Amino acid sequence: MPSATLLGQALISGVLAGGLYGLLAMGLSLSWGLLRLVNLSHFALAFLAAYIVYELGTSYHVEPWWSAAMVVPLMFAIGAGQHWLFDRFKVNELASLLITFSFAVILEVAIQLYWTADFRRYETEYATRSIKAGPFYIPVLELVLCIVAGLLAWGTWLWLRRTYVGKALRAAAEDPAIAAAYGVDHKKLAYLLSGIGAAYAGIAGTFIALIATLAPAQIWAYLGVVFAVVIIGRLGNPMGALLAGMLIGASESIAMAVLSPAWAPVVSFSVLIAILLWDPEWL
Amino acid sequence: MAVNAGRDLPKLGAVIAIGVLALLPMARLPAFYDSFLYLVFFWVSLSTSWALLSGFAGYFSLGHAAFFGVGVYVTADLTTKFGWPFLATLPVAAALPALLALGIGAIVFRLRRLRGELFALLTLSVTFVIATIILNTPIDGGGGIFMSAVPLPAIMPTPTGSIYLLGFVICVATLAIAWTVAHSRLGMGLFAIHDDEDVAEAKGVPTLRYKLIAFALSAGIAGAVGGVHAMYVGFITVSGTFELTVPLYVVLMSVLGGARNWFGPAIGATVITVLLYAFISGGEAMIGRAIVGVILISAILWLPDGAVPAAKQWLARRRRVPAHPPPAAVAPVVPPARPVGERALLQVRGAAKRFGGLQALGGVDLDVREGEILGLVGPNGSGKTTLINVISGFYSLTSGTVTVAGVEIGNLPAHEIARRGVARTYQIPRPFVNMTVLENVVLAATFGNPSRPAAETRDEALHWIGFTGLSGKEAVLPGGLNLHERKFLELARALAAKPKLLLLDEVLSGLNPAEVDNAIRLVRAIRAQGATIVFVEHLMRAVVELSDRIAVLNEGKLFALGAPREVMRDPRVVSIYLGKAYAA
Repeated sequence: MPSATLLGQALISGVLAGGLYGLLAMGLSLSWGLLRLVNLSHFALAFLAAYIVYELGTSYHVEPWWSAAMVVPLMFAIGAGQHWLFDRFKVNELASLLITFSFAVILEVAIQLYWTADFRRYETEYATRSIKAGPFYIPVLELVLCIVAGLLAWGTWLWLRRTYVGKALRAAAEDPAIAAAYGVDHKKLAYLLSGIGAAYAGIAGTFIALIATLAPAQIWAYLGVVFAVVIIGRLGNPMGALLAGMLIGASESIAMAVLSPAWAPVVSFSVLIAILLWDPEWL
Repeated sequence: MAVNAGRDLPKLGAVIAIGVLALLPMARLPAFYDSFLYLVFFWVSLSTSWALLSGFAGYFSLGHAAFFGVGVYVTADLTTKFGWPFLATLPVAAALPALLALGIGAIVFRLRRLRGELFALLTLSVTFVIATIILNTPIDGGGGIFMSAVPLPAIMPTPTGSIYLLGFVICVATLAIAWTVAHSRLGMGLFAIHDDEDVAEAKGVPTLRYKLIAFALSAGIAGAVGGVHAMYVGFITVSGTFELTVPLYVVLMSVLGGARNWFGPAIGATVITVLLYAFISGGEAMIGRAIVGVILISAILWLPDGAVPAAKQWLARRRRVPAHPPPAAVAPVVPPARPVGERALLQVRGAAKRFGGLQALGGVDLDVREGEILGLVGPNGSGKTTLINVISGFYSLTSGTVTVAGVEIGNLPAHEIARRGVARTYQIPRPFVNMTVLENVVLAATFGNPSRPAAETRDEALHWIGFTGLSGKEAVLPGGLNLHERKFLELARALAAKPKLLLLDEVLSGLNPAEVDNAIRLVRAIRAQGATIVFVEHLMRAVVELSDRIAVLNEGKLFALGAPREVMRDPRVVSIYLGKAYAA
């Protein structure tokens, strides 16, 4: 059994790493929960964004924050564009899953053709900075990520909760025709929401570029964990997604410290299956 | 004989083709041909096995690689680490994934929230978990497994020929299984689950068992395919085995060919394998993957049912064959009305149903006598439909009991209740939309009764179609019926189960006066055949005209019970109903 300090450090790193899961899960959770569309290409979009940030940073020495300012609107446009396709063909949940799966494969191929299958690392001065708090180290980038994710989740949650948008979208998800009859302009909102979801992928991608090593096949690395997070956090609930992400991140990190790093992927699914079987009211 | 030639020729052709293909390696063609054809068989088997659950029953699995991969590793480990002969490992390679599927199914199919896309993602997750476990344990350990030392039985002159033959045998067996399932009770049940699982259950389809059987069959075949593929590949790694391309291609092939058709996946698999080969041999494997992605997107958008069903429709239209069978001549059924019996057929005692904080039924006691027509009325939200849902088993009781003919049914699954002679209709008709009128009624007749020869069931279904006045519409899909006809299709399906107790939920709402008269005559005729009827209705004229007794529900409780005219004159009833009685 590892020492208390090690476990505490594992917990901190895990919660912070979970912020990325949460950030990735938020966009998915919104489109799945409120638009009834499952967007598997969300991960591919995040990696596309990460590669663009990487490219701008290494080849043109653009600061990552400026790159983000360019990438996020681009992702918004792609998200809205995808929604045009879904809207035009009246795509249902399952078909959206298959279509975005294919779309992700196409993006993966495109990334591989341009950036090759090699591992890429975007070295920045931020990557190694950390704050020392007592016996623990807190990496600055991950902390920023968690703060950004927290603000976004909170803002989105307020937006859905306080304005009529959330209700309108939920109503439209239940029965678009009836909602339309009550004057809900579902279509415009759906485009906006799809765009926002993809923009979140852009933000997540920026952090991925700074934190992680990039390779085309990594697109699929987050898939399972993040979907577990989306389901545990409750569909359509950005705050839930972030909290679930941190929960999964912490459990993985502790499992790594106690067992071995290679076992981490099993943790999220064990948590997911356990929660699905428990079947609590809030799910 | 000339008539039979048309039917027997394809069979003869198939037998000759199977024989020739089986013996092909004897011709000692270059190994390339054996290998290429093996890959075609490989994908045909995998995609067809996937379609058994995912195409037929509509539960899309993205975890086919998990079952395939377990099969691969069973054979790889048993041969290299335990010295088993290769062929002896194949039954285990099939059995273990089948058991795994049963385990997964037993968990996930019980989740009441399980929707299609959740199933897809759960199965995908299972793939990652299994891959991680295999990678981290001595099953693989991270180094991969070499199969080169494993002796291959010389069933053909060349090693590639032997693998070819094994792949071919599995392929033919898979297609035979798919054909058999598609033309059996199991297949009929799975198709119904695809369209509307709740209704399938209410018509007597044991949905959980059928899904589990289909899942196990599907996984078992994938495992056997994996076992043979381990020998074909020669060097086995986790990343190569649990690749995402397996579920992607399998879904693509099936969707492209038509996943609800037993032969559709085979067509899709053949086309895609040839296409992929063309790209790979041209050195453009990556581009090939992208193009497969583009084809999948296009297929889902423009050809949602797949190529085989589309081709069938096109052929049917070209031939202009009258697709429907000749309508059965139905003798008018006018048996004498039977007296209402003394014995209670349905006994409801203290039936309560709570949804979270909402008490929908608060302890209802009700007896319905044999042969009686009981009208169930009450204001909106008074619990009428909930009571129907509780009796038919769609909702489980929170407390209380329901007995039919002395047998307690309160906590049985809906299909068991259906088999004990309880049938229902839905307020908003819920036909199986991809099945014709005849198929809809045949399904109800098949699952609502003890098993009988198919021809007998069919004749009976035709009888009830005639009885409800739907003759001539046998081959029409429910989408082509008007509301009146859809309501009568609901009735025909309920009647085909020959119920002791028939629960009718607002069959008259939305009908015009002439149609209402027609429906009232029909309900009388149904009772005359010996059924006991409980019907929910807002149309007071029909309630008073039809009912022997009326039960009034209000706020989840039995409010009044008695002869129609007395109950409807009761001032308390009028007060809760005020306005509605006149509006109707």
